[in-house]
Amino acid sequence: MRIVFTISALAAIIAVGLICVFLLVSGVPAIAEIGIREFLLGTDWSPTNNPPAFGILPMIFGSIYVTVGAIIFGMPIGILTAVFMARICPPSIYRFIKPAVDLLAGIPSVVYGFFGIVVLVPFVRNSFGGNGSSILAASMLLGIMILPTVISISETSIRAVPEELYEGAVALGASHERAVFGILVPAAKSGIMAAIVLGVGRAVGETMAVKMVAGNQALLRMPYEFLEGTRTLTANVVIEMGYAEGLHREALIATGVVLFVLIMGINLLFSLLKRRSEI
Amino acid sequence: MTDLILRTSTWLAASVTFVVLFSIIGYILINGVPYIQLSLFEFEYNTTNVSLMPAVITTIMTVGLSLAIAVPLGVFSAIYLVEYAKRGSRFVKLVRIMAETLSGIPSIIYGLFGLLFFVVWTGWGFSLLAGSCTLSIMILPLVMRTTEESLIAVPDSYREGSFGLGAGRLRTVFRIVIPSAAPGILAGVILAIGRIVGETAALIYTSGTVAQIPDTLLASGRTLAIHMYALSSEGLYSGQAYATAVILLVVVVGINTLSAFIAKRLTFKYDDQVE
Repeated sequence: MRIVFTISALAAIIAVGLICVFLLVSGVPAIAEIGIREFLLGTDWSPTNNPPAFGILPMIFGSIYVTVGAIIFGMPIGILTAVFMARICPPSIYRFIKPAVDLLAGIPSVVYGFFGIVVLVPFVRNSFGGNGSSILAASMLLGIMILPTVISISETSIRAVPEELYEGAVALGASHERAVFGILVPAAKSGIMAAIVLGVGRAVGETMAVKMVAGNQALLRMPYEFLEGTRTLTANVVIEMGYAEGLHREALIATGVVLFVLIMGINLLFSLLKRRSEI
Repeated sequence: MTDLILRTSTWLAASVTFVVLFSIIGYILINGVPYIQLSLFEFEYNTTNVSLMPAVITTIMTVGLSLAIAVPLGVFSAIYLVEYAKRGSRFVKLVRIMAETLSGIPSIIYGLFGLLFFVVWTGWGFSLLAGSCTLSIMILPLVMRTTEESLIAVPDSYREGSFGLGAGRLRTVFRIVIPSAAPGILAGVILAIGRIVGETAALIYTSGTVAQIPDTLLASGRTLAIHMYALSSEGLYSGQAYATAVILLVVVVGINTLSAFIAKRLTFKYDDQVE
């Protein structure tokens, strides 16, 4: 039996290996053919034109915009909620808010996307003008979606700060709030950073919900054009994979490779921060 | 004064979190429940009834197939890591890092890999089998980690007692350790079911979007989440889309609650016995 167990343990290693090999083998030749500069820095994505252009810079910026937007919406609310849950709220409220955060984590992304279509997009259209399907709508939706991640990891790391630090602060005359915000939150800094990095990972990798509300125009946007639509790396893959052929298809897989490398970098940063905060 | 501002800001943030959750759930329930009609549950999908029944059955098949692959693999590898391997050996570390890597990969990458490997390379085409295999890799780290945690939580005295009575390692694992860890493993498996039911991006290019019940493993079919996605992007059946969202939401939330409930029971059990 031991051998069966050992082979099973190999499964995770084999899976990662296969994923890397298949993505790289199918994606890298396309990058070589298009030219890495052309591919990563090209601002024109028109795969069905003749001659076609495969520049994914608009999508790289699209992913960055919606992720930064998600952090702007999600981070303050997430961290403050975590502080609230860890140190401020009475137990009677904790009993409700904890399951609520878990519930938020459990909602499938397609349901979030649907909520985005029927609520957020009309809201943006009516209050700010434009089409509604926009960087702003996607940022708001992603901000909501990363909340549970940011909250639960920040809460754990605030709780992990030794009680003596808090007691010391209070003994020196600090009020409860001062002790929490002046001592505990700074002490939990790496954990909170880890929470944000993981939130960034979620936001960059999210596909369906973003695709449903972002408008998906493959055009290079400026930050002030946040009421215009944008297309993320993930959306690029999911929108065109259905009908793409030849080099176009390989370029989409290469988009996946870029996304994969990006996510791996973010996850590496996360585990480094996590190790430092020891949560 | 500063204290008051700080305190109020946390209350405010928490209320925003609360309000967001309830407006999402409330909005979908209020708009969706009136559209839940009997015609949504007919066995044949057509454009008049927009039935979600084929999607429900496909979802159940996908869940069953994915679990059949991922649970043995995940549980066995956790057994290896906890019960057999030398703690802290290089191989154990490598497996853990790889499992962590897997859990960080976004679902669209799984979808892309599933398309390249299971759909094209193995020649299965868009099929239930390709979709389930893709998902089984996706949930593998979840099953592994929860099983590992619940195996570690089993007190060593149980193992020592079993060895002392003359049982071998294998017997100890299957008769003593696994039964004691069962609630934790089950909670992990149920959580994995929740992820499968809610998944879209990994399935859309692996199991496909055909709205009928697949009759073989190599036939395409769409799960409830993909059905929901198709309805909302077609934009023709908004009422039915709401109703489908309600069903999806209730199922996934129910599954997650069940998992949390079982996981909580586990901790109580050990506490009782330590006292």
